[in-house]
Amino acid sequence: MNWDKRTLFGLAGAVALSLGLAMPAAAQTQPPIRIGVLVALEGAFAAGGADAVRNVELALRQVNHTAGGRRIETVVAPSDTRPDTAVRQARKLIEQDRVDFIIGPLSGSEGIAIRDYAKTIPDRTIINGISGALEMTWVDPAPNVFRFNLDGAQWGTGLGRYVVQNRGWRRIATVAADYSFGYTNFLGFAVDFCRAGGTIVQRFWVPLGATDFGGVIAQLPDNVDAVYLGMGGTDAINFLNQWQQAGAGTRIIGGTIMADQTVLTARGRAKEALVGTLISGPLAEDNPDPAWQTYVRQYREAFPANQRFPSPSLFGTGYYIATQAAIAGLNAVNGDLSDGQRRFNAALSSLRLATPLGEVSLNENRQATGTVFVNEIAEGPGGTLVSRNVAKVDGVNQTLGLTAAQFRAMGLPSRTNPDCRALGGG
Amino acid sequence: MTDVARRYPVWTLIVLLLAAGLLWLILTPWTPGIEQVLGRKRVFVNALFGGLTLGALYFLVASGFTLIFGLMRNVNLAHGSLYLLGGYLGYGVSNAAGEWLVAVPVVFLLVGLLGLLLQHQVFRRMEGEELRQTMVTIGLSVVLADMMLWIWGGQSYTLQTPDWLSGPATLPIVVGVDRNGAPVYMRFPQVRIAILVTAVVIGLGMWLVLNRTRLGMLVRAGVDDREMLTASGIRIQYVFLAVFGFGAGLAGVAGVVGGTFQSLAPGEDTRFLLASLVVVIVGGMGSITGAALGALIIGLVEQIGLVYAPTYSVVFTFLIMALVLAFRPQGLIGNRR
Amino acid sequence: MALTDKSRDQRAGTPSGSASWPDLVMSIPAGWWATGCILLIMPALASDFWLFQVFGWSFCLGIIALSLMFLAGYGGMVSLIQMTVAALAGYMVAILGTSGVQQISLGLPWWLYLPLAILIAAAFATAVGALAVRTEGIYTIMITLAIASAFFYFTRQNYEIFNGYSGFNLVVPPRVLGIDWRQPTAFYYLALVFAALCFLAVVYVARSPFGLALQGIRDNPRRMAAMGFNVVAHRIAAYGFAGVIAAIGGILLVWQNTQVAAFTAGIGAVIDILIIAVIGGLRRPIGPFVGAFIYVLLGTFSPDVLSAFGLSNERFKLLIGLGFLAMVFFSPDGALGLWDRWREARRRPVDPLTGQARPGSVP
Repeated sequence: MNWDKRTLFGLAGAVALSLGLAMPAAAQTQPPIRIGVLVALEGAFAAGGADAVRNVELALRQVNHTAGGRRIETVVAPSDTRPDTAVRQARKLIEQDRVDFIIGPLSGSEGIAIRDYAKTIPDRTIINGISGALEMTWVDPAPNVFRFNLDGAQWGTGLGRYVVQNRGWRRIATVAADYSFGYTNFLGFAVDFCRAGGTIVQRFWVPLGATDFGGVIAQLPDNVDAVYLGMGGTDAINFLNQWQQAGAGTRIIGGTIMADQTVLTARGRAKEALVGTLISGPLAEDNPDPAWQTYVRQYREAFPANQRFPSPSLFGTGYYIATQAAIAGLNAVNGDLSDGQRRFNAALSSLRLATPLGEVSLNENRQATGTVFVNEIAEGPGGTLVSRNVAKVDGVNQTLGLTAAQFRAMGLPSRTNPDCRALGGG
Repeated sequence: MTDVARRYPVWTLIVLLLAAGLLWLILTPWTPGIEQVLGRKRVFVNALFGGLTLGALYFLVASGFTLIFGLMRNVNLAHGSLYLLGGYLGYGVSNAAGEWLVAVPVVFLLVGLLGLLLQHQVFRRMEGEELRQTMVTIGLSVVLADMMLWIWGGQSYTLQTPDWLSGPATLPIVVGVDRNGAPVYMRFPQVRIAILVTAVVIGLGMWLVLNRTRLGMLVRAGVDDREMLTASGIRIQYVFLAVFGFGAGLAGVAGVVGGTFQSLAPGEDTRFLLASLVVVIVGGMGSITGAALGALIIGLVEQIGLVYAPTYSVVFTFLIMALVLAFRPQGLIGNRR
Repeated sequence: MALTDKSRDQRAGTPSGSASWPDLVMSIPAGWWATGCILLIMPALASDFWLFQVFGWSFCLGIIALSLMFLAGYGGMVSLIQMTVAALAGYMVAILGTSGVQQISLGLPWWLYLPLAILIAAAFATAVGALAVRTEGIYTIMITLAIASAFFYFTRQNYEIFNGYSGFNLVVPPRVLGIDWRQPTAFYYLALVFAALCFLAVVYVARSPFGLALQGIRDNPRRMAAMGFNVVAHRIAAYGFAGVIAAIGGILLVWQNTQVAAFTAGIGAVIDILIIAVIGGLRRPIGPFVGAFIYVLLGTFSPDVLSAFGLSNERFKLLIGLGFLAMVFFSPDGALGLWDRWREARRRPVDPLTGQARPGSVP
């Protein structure tokens, strides 16, 4: 083919310019509402991210892609769990795709970066997907960022008290991932555990990217009642695999993402070490609440079995609830996003949202207060693993039951926070 | 061996003393004095053995890498992708056949074939253009990574350990005494012992082939002086094909092994590529013995570092590499080119 | 390949240091003037998104890739450390200047922290260079890749200085001359000016005695050593100079992102810089900018293109990878190489051997 290169370049230039220029600033009467979905589709959480996209679609399908009298369109922006990619993609959504607001992001560090980006776009709204970073709505929060899901610290709450009071496990050693989510999720567990009088004998932080845990496993003390494992994804699978090979040992208490669908659906036998593990998190698969049961049924009906998880994942549920909140907010203001979305923001702040996980309301930092479930992993039919709910704690707030001053005085999650002794433990 | 001892008497002595010291540490019951410095004996010995077995895995991956580089000057940055592909294929094969052992030869053949294809169709066309070959391997690794993500998705896979290898074995090493004064013996995962044995067998096999056969002679000659070998009428393309196919197949087998005692997921390709790079830089490019030594050092440093200084353990391996580069750029065992 | 090709670089490498300024201005081809003018009036043509996200990002990445082009094209050293140097400069801006992490940032004034950041990054680049020049060719790639990995892991684990995994947010350019330099148009001109300065600096240095010696060393280090040139010192100095360029690019990139974290110089990002430089072409200083523009366009719009063709937009890495493969496979000199060949084919429709018109040579 003899392409005339000049024509080609000219064409490319014209397309490029029209992309940049052809976005009309003046909106016509009731144009569709555009929602940007910022989600990790690459990297460690790719499978969870894909489930998130499915769930946004599901929530919109249920309202026939209409809210507040206006049609809803979505634009998906893929990120790779890197904060800079998240901000870049968010900026593309706002500036190029001209979305009205964003649902996302998925991971912790992305959440913190998006919080700061949100401050530069006060006229747009961001509804968190499933980022679990405490800092997103606690440290210098942005007025236009809303989180209808619990944060990583809240997810850990309830479990500590349960293992001390119901199982009598008082001495534990901990092994958790050495980054912000690992600290945050552990903090939620430890605050509760220490206040109930438990003792943390040894804390061990494993760096991300370390995959051979033989030495760490050997180092765990013998005289403990259980070991807390706060890892996720591949790291969790690796640890469990080697834990089994070393002859397993004591009982396991799991961090929230230790037994998420991404781990439970991993291929191979490593996950079997999890049977009997107690974990806590924002959802319980066998939650008898009709709202949850309906949601799971709708999820299963909406997608063929090979294109979804057996039941909605943590990530998927988070995005589903965020979309629900967006729809409820739009309905409350009749699709009116004028005035820098002030009315929409006010409506979101005062929502009492009925979600599959129970009713959720926001506090003054626009952070949800909600229910945490304590689950036990058990063998299900056909060699699968399921989690069975054993307890739940309603109304877990952002400060984990402490006063804001106490919570602030404790400091942000880190390798050494919280100090167990200061909270009444050992 | 005696040659080395004669040439470097001081180093040989130091190495022998170190080895003897370690052996003594492993065999003797620990006094409280030692425990104060090194912690409990169980931890130390486990870290040591864990490092050995991790080194064995690194050796399996890196030996193909170093051979390919030594002979063809091709830095195959898609080597990690071959590792991961081998693991995924091994998962499929062992599940279909119901037997872990079947996966090893099948994966070796499949990934080896892919290697042959790459060498024959891609790298042969750009022989001598080292940088371009490297670029192509970078491109290949990006493409392969995304295709594997497409096919196998983002979740983790672990190959099922055969029953006769699952669980720990008790080794005749006393690591402590229990409350009643009875000795506590060390328990160590059987699968790791098997990996160590496999790596040693493969390493010895490669050494024998390289040093005792005609093919090995050609390969060694090619590593030392490729132009001379070509000039002497050898059809070097066949040697290249053999080495690339073998190296790729070995990476695939390493994937099966790695998928058994660790796990397979997107991103593991980069991790093992980096590990191979560090191992061969420390050991010396193009040398099998160097790869073995490098793998041993890196495996040990990673495990002992993770136990005694977890925060920066992932950095140590790179520091060692920088040290080697600063004082012996050709690697611990390697000829200056 | 091209790096060891001795008979190239007629344009960039010709010793014309003695030319006076008017001559120099006259010698610039008309195409350059046109490109320059278009770039200058771009804010009147393009939307904010294009100014900030597409062009702004292209300039930042282009400057960093330019530093690699200088080392690879003129020095024959393919270094993967450039993104790391850039990230270090960005980190220094965040640590010495202001950021969202107030317990670490020192809050120095901009006229102090900017030179300091560039200085520290350049010192780091020089130190890495001193280590890397002990090796040659393909080894350099591996050594710099390994040092880059070490830096990545170190910053991810270190919370005292580098704030670990989360890094620094809210790193914004200082208000100088009363202008908010993060506004799209202001940032566009800021990045454009620095890109042009870095470009001119590389062109100038390449024609200076130092640059010529460096190119001589690239082609035949032994002969240059015999002529009395200190080969090692020249190479290390090249790393230092490239470090300054990379540092400037890194600071701009951090301002554009408003944040810097371990992943800024992760292994993927490090390799991306190489991809950019190769896609554009390692022969001429303009190559990296062309490569960066292509990369940014692909990275920004390939999800849209893919979904337009009904493919899942998860597959955009595949598109970038295949494009890169095709480029190195068919045009080792990158996009500029394609352009050159096309011009070459048009300029010489006559077969040099027979003197007759070649069939089918005009595209």
